[in-house]
Amino acid sequence: MFELFQYHFIQKALIAGCFIAVLCSTLGVFLVLKRLSLIGDGLAHVTFGSVAVGLLLHSQPIYTAVPLVALSSLGILKLTERARLYGDTAIGIVSSLGIASGVILVSISGGYNVDLFSYLFGSILSISNTEVITSIVLSVIVMLMVLLFYNELASITFDEEMAKMSGIKTRRINEILVVLTALTVVLAMKVVGIMLVSALLILPASAALQTAKSFKATIITAGAIAVFSVISGIWISFAANLPSGGTIIIINFIIFMLMFGYSKNVLRAKPEEPH
Amino acid sequence: MSIITVDKVSVRYNSTEVVSDVSFNIAAGDYLGVVGPNGSGKTTLIRAMFGLVGLAKGTVTLFGKDLSEFREWHRIGYLPQKLSSFNLQFPATVKEIIGLGLLAKKKFPKRITADDDAAINKVLEMLELTNIKNSLIGELSGGQQQRVLLARAMAGEPEVLILDEPTSALDPEVREKFSEVLKELNKKTALTVVLVTHDIMNIGRYASKLLYLDRRLIFYGGFDDFCSSTEVTNYFGEFAQHVICHRHS
Repeated sequence: MFELFQYHFIQKALIAGCFIAVLCSTLGVFLVLKRLSLIGDGLAHVTFGSVAVGLLLHSQPIYTAVPLVALSSLGILKLTERARLYGDTAIGIVSSLGIASGVILVSISGGYNVDLFSYLFGSILSISNTEVITSIVLSVIVMLMVLLFYNELASITFDEEMAKMSGIKTRRINEILVVLTALTVVLAMKVVGIMLVSALLILPASAALQTAKSFKATIITAGAIAVFSVISGIWISFAANLPSGGTIIIINFIIFMLMFGYSKNVLRAKPEEPH
Repeated sequence: MSIITVDKVSVRYNSTEVVSDVSFNIAAGDYLGVVGPNGSGKTTLIRAMFGLVGLAKGTVTLFGKDLSEFREWHRIGYLPQKLSSFNLQFPATVKEIIGLGLLAKKKFPKRITADDDAAINKVLEMLELTNIKNSLIGELSGGQQQRVLLARAMAGEPEVLILDEPTSALDPEVREKFSEVLKELNKKTALTVVLVTHDIMNIGRYASKLLYLDRRLIFYGGFDDFCSSTEVTNYFGEFAQHVICHRHS
């Protein structure tokens, strides 16, 4: 049963997948609580356009996606501030621009091919050595940034105005949060694919929030759920010959439903009224 | 000694002037009641004093520094008007929330460590929150949440505490207790308190100074002066002024 973990490509998938799972779940907690869940979806659409640029230029898509998606994340923030738009509208604008550019560029570069499909739907089992190393390095950088700015991020998530009155540069912290999210989305596209990347940001965090006992516990629980879903997802997808990205997300969803049920029926169950 | 100086401040929302040419000083140890009818610009004035909304005209000086240069935010504790401005789904314990109130004092990287427990426990005890320190803020009653947020504002031991209608969501008993706690803090620790309220009938029981705002400054001074002020008589009429002052006498 466990012999598949001896395969080199499975080991690579597990290492990269676990790093990215922790990243997604940690940032996901902040994004879900700030009601920015859909930024992952919007940036994933931009990632599609950026991957198309990479494929057109015959370079590693991750190298074109990182700067383009990071700039787009800042663009979403600027649109929200300057154009007096709500966050979801700004995300919608940048997201559709990403998709539109992607469709045009894919058409110019000769249509959909295997490479593009692997980014759209994820193919962690085919992750290359370079991609593993890039994932680890970027994951470590993002995690260090989250650790350094943990309390500032928590403060702007709880109340931005109070954070400002605590001397926290809220605009800068928001910029850090969206750029870290952009990097994470780019990294996660190989794990679950562009189409499902936002689920890896939203589901572990949403599941952990069902049984939250403290903020730190929520982040740790979300990380544990994400890592478990990646490991079990890779194992099941390999054993049952299923797509790994979709399997990982379905496992996340099942965990979310279980924790929702536990929270509703056990943690928050109202005592029966006396007759 | 003046610690906050507001000089000819005006605030505009689009083309509407919502606060017009307001000037006053707050001295250390003052308990200032900021009163006025709904929509009179009380909250806007307070937010403008701390840079949360931009000034159209005028200047604000905090502890001798212009607002744009002021960085010592740990000297000011602020409790905003609406509980709803906080994310009450935020899964943090009372202790974690109060810990965030210490960030203003911290330098990068801002970490809350075991050394901060003493400051957190002190304010937990002061506001009788010790027994719920591990509860999630979203699971508390409105009154308890209000006390937690007050504790958060006070955790860094600010010199000035600004409270914007902090008791509006509370029942009368809790409101009374809350006001007594503030009065005691003001007396015992010389904490400067700025309390925004629409409750002009009761503010005189606590405040040493009164600022009456109705987009422009109607009155600023001590309560005795309020009762003899001709500006107040012109604004309220003799009868209303008499009723308010009689209530406090």
